[in-house]
Amino acid sequence: MARPGCSADYSGVVIQARGLEKRYGDKRVLRGIDFELARDAFLLVTGPNGSGKTTLLRLCAGLAAPTAGELEVRTERGRIGFVGHEPLVYRELTALENLELYGRLYRVAECRERIGMLLERFGLWDVRHERTSSYSRGMLQRLALCRALLHEPELLVLDEPYSGLDDDGTALLDRELEELRPRRTFVVATHEPTRVERFASSRLALA
Amino acid sequence: MSTSLRNNRLPALTGLAFVLVVTAIALVFFYAPLDEDGLNQKIFYFHVAIALTAYACFGWGGWKALRVLWKRDERADLESYVAIHQGVIFGALTLVTGSIWARYRWGHWWEWHEDQLVLFLVLFLFYAAYFMLRFSVPPGPRRTNLSAVYALFGVALIPVSILAIRLSQRFIHPVAFDRGGPNMAASQFFTFCVSWAAMLVLAAALYNVELAGKRIDVRLKELREALR
Amino acid sequence: MTYLRDVGVLARKDLVLELRARDTLPAMLLFVVSTLVVFHFVLPGDSSDLAAAGLLWVALIFTALLGLSRAFAAEGEQGVIDGLVLAPSDRSAIWLGKALSILVFLGLAELVALPAFALFFGAVDGALVVGVVLADLGIAAVGTLLAAMATASRSRELLLPLLFLPLAIPIVVGGVGASVTDDPGRYVGFLALYDALFAIICWASFEYVVTE
Repeated sequence: MARPGCSADYSGVVIQARGLEKRYGDKRVLRGIDFELARDAFLLVTGPNGSGKTTLLRLCAGLAAPTAGELEVRTERGRIGFVGHEPLVYRELTALENLELYGRLYRVAECRERIGMLLERFGLWDVRHERTSSYSRGMLQRLALCRALLHEPELLVLDEPYSGLDDDGTALLDRELEELRPRRTFVVATHEPTRVERFASSRLALA
Repeated sequence: MSTSLRNNRLPALTGLAFVLVVTAIALVFFYAPLDEDGLNQKIFYFHVAIALTAYACFGWGGWKALRVLWKRDERADLESYVAIHQGVIFGALTLVTGSIWARYRWGHWWEWHEDQLVLFLVLFLFYAAYFMLRFSVPPGPRRTNLSAVYALFGVALIPVSILAIRLSQRFIHPVAFDRGGPNMAASQFFTFCVSWAAMLVLAAALYNVELAGKRIDVRLKELREALR
Repeated sequence: MTYLRDVGVLARKDLVLELRARDTLPAMLLFVVSTLVVFHFVLPGDSSDLAAAGLLWVALIFTALLGLSRAFAAEGEQGVIDGLVLAPSDRSAIWLGKALSILVFLGLAELVALPAFALFFGAVDGALVVGVVLADLGIAAVGTLLAAMATASRSRELLLPLLFLPLAIPIVVGGVGASVTDDPGRYVGFLALYDALFAIICWASFEYVVTE
């Protein structure tokens, strides 16, 4: 049972799962999951609600450890970008302050420029000085995406990244994914696979 | 898969516990010489033995907690919990026997100047909170981790509390109390040792019984899940 | 050192959040003064100064609890702590940063409490102040970790006092001893021992409190 490794593996496999199992008390959420994710591949995880997609993605991001089986994520913690169900931003801080905080924690070089660039790309530049408590669901999701991309992660773990986005936001995310697709490794969970099918190099369907 | 049901150790352990407890009681009442305290002193044999056994249980619980965190041994979580459970039972017994002893020695059911009693009161509160913690967090890795960390805090708290209580007596009861500590004759010491051994083995037997029971519960639940 | 920088960033974040929300600190200030006033009505006329000093420590402990119950409020709400846990920084930095901000709140609360106490009940001497400072370190260290634990539970407001009070007993002993006895040095030393021991334990075990 391994944790995200310390050195980046530039050759082959980024994530390797063998007989992966996750139990929460009596409930077995994941059972017997096997897959291998190569560098620059795109794993599309599908399944109905409650099938364990979120749990699997949290395991890949390093937020939880497996109860049984093996999970090896050969990317260090600071090179993983995660978008979950929550935007993971402080409500009483502005978008700018939130990203500055994460920028410092992730030791992002040229932090200010990068933040500015991301906020602009996701259409949040004009509201950067407003506290996120005043943001709509779609704006929070866009900010979460900025947060996940801030440190130029090698591995992107995205749990329902399109949820809450309006048409503009969806178009922005499409554009981002297209640009990043060749140069990054992805694990994306969604219960609407049609949007991202074209990116996927492999699929994992959870029951 | 745990074969504790078929484990022959458990009946042997229980048998040994029974024998030792009976022996200890016999020794205490028929063999050990009477002290100046009279009959009341007899309870001391049990009180101290039970107290030491409680420490041993908390220590064992702490050791298992360390294994949970360090070796990521999930089975140790249940072992830690059961050990602490036993520790609390023996701790409560310590308070009860201590209280009885205090009643016959000084006339009150509680005496703040008895360091041991105060210590066990504090530890009882601490470990009672352990159970509150466990019951208010849903089962899973989070609960396992939190319980283990808290159990380790308990291990650190025991010596710190001993010191704290001793220090506190200096400003609460500035008059030095004659402890009348154990200047034991050989026969008394022997009786005490048997008593202590009896309590330890009893605790071990109860620990294994409860652990076996809980393991069966877990196994049943797993089987039920698998059949779903 | 990047570790200390992380700690600084996190502590600053907490102070900024409190500056914006302005709820925890004013509540603590009002609470401690109200408690001291209640104590006036509790003490019989011929009580010693020592009894009053003891009650000061009760006030401090419960004011600290009030502040600690809000320690992880911002993080607990929407699982924001996951954002911090994901970061490459050491998880213990989260604990240290938060404990430092709690320390600031405690210090500010005592800046009001001690003069109020001196006004209502009697003089405050150097040993008491030293005791308060050392006690604050212990409260901040242990309280922050326990607050993080309580966040994971269903009944966090109920749980935190239960977890905290037994561990606070040695702090109270040390603090009261430093305030009322003739050789406060012994008690100050004890507080320092408590602080060192539990700070190390908290620092080493915080990782396990916030991860699964």
